[in-house]
Amino acid sequence: MCLAIPGCIVELAADPLGPAKVRFGEVLRPVCLACVPEAQIGDYVIVHAGFAISLLDSAEAERTLALLDAARDARGGET
Amino acid sequence: MKFLAEFRDPERVRHCVAELRRVTTRRWTVMEICGGQTHAIVRHGLDQLLPPGIKLVHGPGCPVCVTPIEEIDQAIAVSLLPGVALCSFGDMLRVPGTSSDLLQARAAGADVRVVYSPLDAVELAIQEPDRDVVFFAVGFETTAPASAAAIERATQLGLRNFSVLSSHVRVPPAMEAILTSDECEIDGFLAAGHVCSVMGSAEYQPLCERYQVPIVITGFEPLDILQGLLACVEQLEARAATGAPVRVENQYTRAVRESGNVHAQSLVSRVFREAPRNWRGLGNIEGSGLELREDYAQLDAKRRPALEVRTADLPHGKELASPCIAGRVLRGLARPADCPCFASECTPESPLGAPMVSSEGACAAYFQHRARSSHGAE
Repeated sequence: MCLAIPGCIVELAADPLGPAKVRFGEVLRPVCLACVPEAQIGDYVIVHAGFAISLLDSAEAERTLALLDAARDARGGET
Repeated sequence: MKFLAEFRDPERVRHCVAELRRVTTRRWTVMEICGGQTHAIVRHGLDQLLPPGIKLVHGPGCPVCVTPIEEIDQAIAVSLLPGVALCSFGDMLRVPGTSSDLLQARAAGADVRVVYSPLDAVELAIQEPDRDVVFFAVGFETTAPASAAAIERATQLGLRNFSVLSSHVRVPPAMEAILTSDECEIDGFLAAGHVCSVMGSAEYQPLCERYQVPIVITGFEPLDILQGLLACVEQLEARAATGAPVRVENQYTRAVRESGNVHAQSLVSRVFREAPRNWRGLGNIEGSGLELREDYAQLDAKRRPALEVRTADLPHGKELASPCIAGRVLRGLARPADCPCFASECTPESPLGAPMVSSEGACAAYFQHRARSSHGAE
């Protein structure tokens, strides 16, 4: 139910109440951006039921991966 | 796709598993309360990679599964009223009511439709002004903003043929109900990332302090779940070793800010108020439901005279006696494969309980990913 996936905004709506166009892989879907008013074209949003619930923070995504990689490297790459 | 593939990287997953094996010295039971996480765990076999001390239990993380039988019965009765088009998410159509489900109501002539978004139901009301469109709204805090947006939109448009039958639920009160139960054996929680994208982490702090459980806000990809679990186990081990205090931690920082999404919160609180709600498997929980506020009473299907369901039109008597153990599965006390009906009398095509119906139910997850090999046995 809470399935939500990241998509990239490719077009904003002319009418503020209307849906924007968001790309998920090869698929374009209308998405309501009412709760992420700061979102711009090129931003990634987390979309649930046609509705963006969060702006994806790509710097944080990189940081999460970097922290993990640093911990692994500190252990000499053992797995 | 970007921001998905990196969090499925096998090499990083191996590292996380190795870390979990290294830090785990005792037995810990961790519950996730999100059907999406349950499915990711079972689908990717993450539970099978864990050290033997860590037990994952699946909580009531599927809103479809916890929708109480009387609300399914009411939705079915409303769908059978003349002129009504009842819309909901696809998963709701097969959830068993007392004596039938919405799919059977459709076969009996009711106009029951599947929508992807609550906003699609508003669109339907615009396009079909002769139909009385009722959106049967289910979902956690993740979904409530979309429902609230649909209600505000219909209000702005002055639509008279749109209303909402709200069965929305909130997660933290259910976590507290689990923690206060005598049967509780949970040491820590993975909190549902997308619920927290909307609500932030504020509601978890008092739970963490009162019950001394670590709560780690966690995403949905394999690496997210293992990293969340690692953070949770590290807290538990540190508490056991040095008495370090447990805390609320955020693994899913790319999508969850501490304050959540304030626009979505304000939208939800404009439209909904908290109310008691009955959960399948857990019973009545104070403040765990969302009902429409007085300002939106005209869009509340429960308060619309034309949609009033006569008691005589609701099924009587109790739910048919069934060996289904969905209630225990929803409380994390049993695994789907513990049920005598699992994958025999009960399948997604012919479900006895809601967790086998919903694409995010725990029973459906085990059926889809485990039944063929081992009937979900560990």
